[in-house]
Amino acid sequence: MSAKIGILAVQGDVAENVSSLVASIADLNQDATVHVVKTPEEISQMDGLVIPGGESTTIGQMSLVNGSQKVIKQKVESGMPVLGICAGMVLLASNATDRVVGKMEQPLFDFLDIELERNSFGRQRESFEAKIAMEPIGISEYHGVFIRAPAISSASDDIEVLARFNEKIVAIKKGNIIGTSFHPELTDDLAVHKYFVNLVKESKN
Amino acid sequence: MLPLSGERKNAKGIVCGRAESSDVLRGTTTLKRGFAHMLKNGVVMDVTNVEQAQIAEEAGAVSVMVLDKLPSDVRKAGGVARTASIRIIEEIMDSVTIPVMAKCRIGHVNEALVLQETDVDMIDESEVLTPADELRHIWKWDMTTPVVNGARSLAEALRRIEEGASMIRTKGEPGTGNVAEAITHIKKVNDELRTIKSMYDIGDNQDLVRMAREFKVSYDIVEQTAKLGRLPVVNFAAGGIATPADAAYLMSLGCDGIFVGSGIFAANDAAERARAIVLATTFWNETDKVKEAQKMIDERQSMLGLDVKTLELRMQDRGGSA
Repeated sequence: MSAKIGILAVQGDVAENVSSLVASIADLNQDATVHVVKTPEEISQMDGLVIPGGESTTIGQMSLVNGSQKVIKQKVESGMPVLGICAGMVLLASNATDRVVGKMEQPLFDFLDIELERNSFGRQRESFEAKIAMEPIGISEYHGVFIRAPAISSASDDIEVLARFNEKIVAIKKGNIIGTSFHPELTDDLAVHKYFVNLVKESKN
Repeated sequence: MLPLSGERKNAKGIVCGRAESSDVLRGTTTLKRGFAHMLKNGVVMDVTNVEQAQIAEEAGAVSVMVLDKLPSDVRKAGGVARTASIRIIEEIMDSVTIPVMAKCRIGHVNEALVLQETDVDMIDESEVLTPADELRHIWKWDMTTPVVNGARSLAEALRRIEEGASMIRTKGEPGTGNVAEAITHIKKVNDELRTIKSMYDIGDNQDLVRMAREFKVSYDIVEQTAKLGRLPVVNFAAGGIATPADAAYLMSLGCDGIFVGSGIFAANDAAERARAIVLATTFWNETDKVKEAQKMIDERQSMLGLDVKTLELRMQDRGGSA
């Protein structure tokens, strides 16, 4: 069965994820299609969802407005794979604290019991590129692009840590849920998107 | 995947450093252009103080732009308009979690360096402020912080990208509440993109090099842009946007997002209007949502607006020939 992979198109870098997913699917020769989704109806037809980079406050608020947040919650809780990138990972968390401003009252999807810090590495001037590894999913070297990135200081025992950078957790997995601090869609290394396509295909079968 | 057309790999703005035990690179083209990509489909709002910045964040703005005066007040005040007070920029950075941008004068390298040192997330080399140099813009490849520039045409946009701009916005006519000029500028850029794309598609290098000479840019950047069929950096609309319908229309013309200057905080219903413009930008292709957004504002509260034909000061012409 062909799998439908959606990219939540409320705000952020949607097009970059489209091209990374399309290229991944072609490379893997998998039977899957990529869809830009915004309305609850569109989201409800997906077999997997990418929440892209952007501003978590904006994506959170606007996905409440049209009821898409509710559909995403239902789908993910019933097993739909989701990949949250940067702002997308913030939205997966149960709570978020900003490095400077402190505790945030922002709408979140609340899937992961983690201590997450927004803008954890500093402001834009401190944004960086560095090599990381995601050994648990077989990616021994990956070029991480961190833009005003969040990081996780602690995670509950049922969450698998995929990558750390200087002691901070920068990628996690809990069953069908994956989160990354960095932006795989801004590099031409498709390893993370390919892993996600395979995860969606497996859950579909 | 990100277009890196025109990238200068040896730029001074790229800093090799260490983060505890790892080698890191900062200020690369990927990081600077990538930052702008995170703003896509969002609204950046001009603010002059902490209170306005918090209203913007609560309304769902993706970023705030700090100025000393709103563009409409710059018009009224006259005199020389410079970058905002550093203390106010810092106060705003300490009170909102979204990125904070600030404007510097065209060509004023040290105003930009001061803003970079202040740690703002993006710098707008802006025609709203009084230009410091009419002939030269900042060589933005030397900056670690990304810079956005205004443009009225593809030629201006490509000249700014060759100087290292990480993002482009239309100039429009700031501080007027009149969206006509922004519409003209984005239509012109789109027309010119279609023209060079069709030249590329039929393999007409003779005409592409003619365009490069006309635009006063390198052949390479014209060829790469023609191949992409769009600007190699994110392109926002700016200048005169005052209502949700203004924002939705510009999004429909292919803009990646919206800057709102005086439109929000020179109006008498700022908080509602801010939220309405974000709504209309997010759901620009759903007319019922845009109508809902438009209903949230009261036209009697909109800024009065100015007819561009009768203006004494045309900010959009500043730095345009350089």
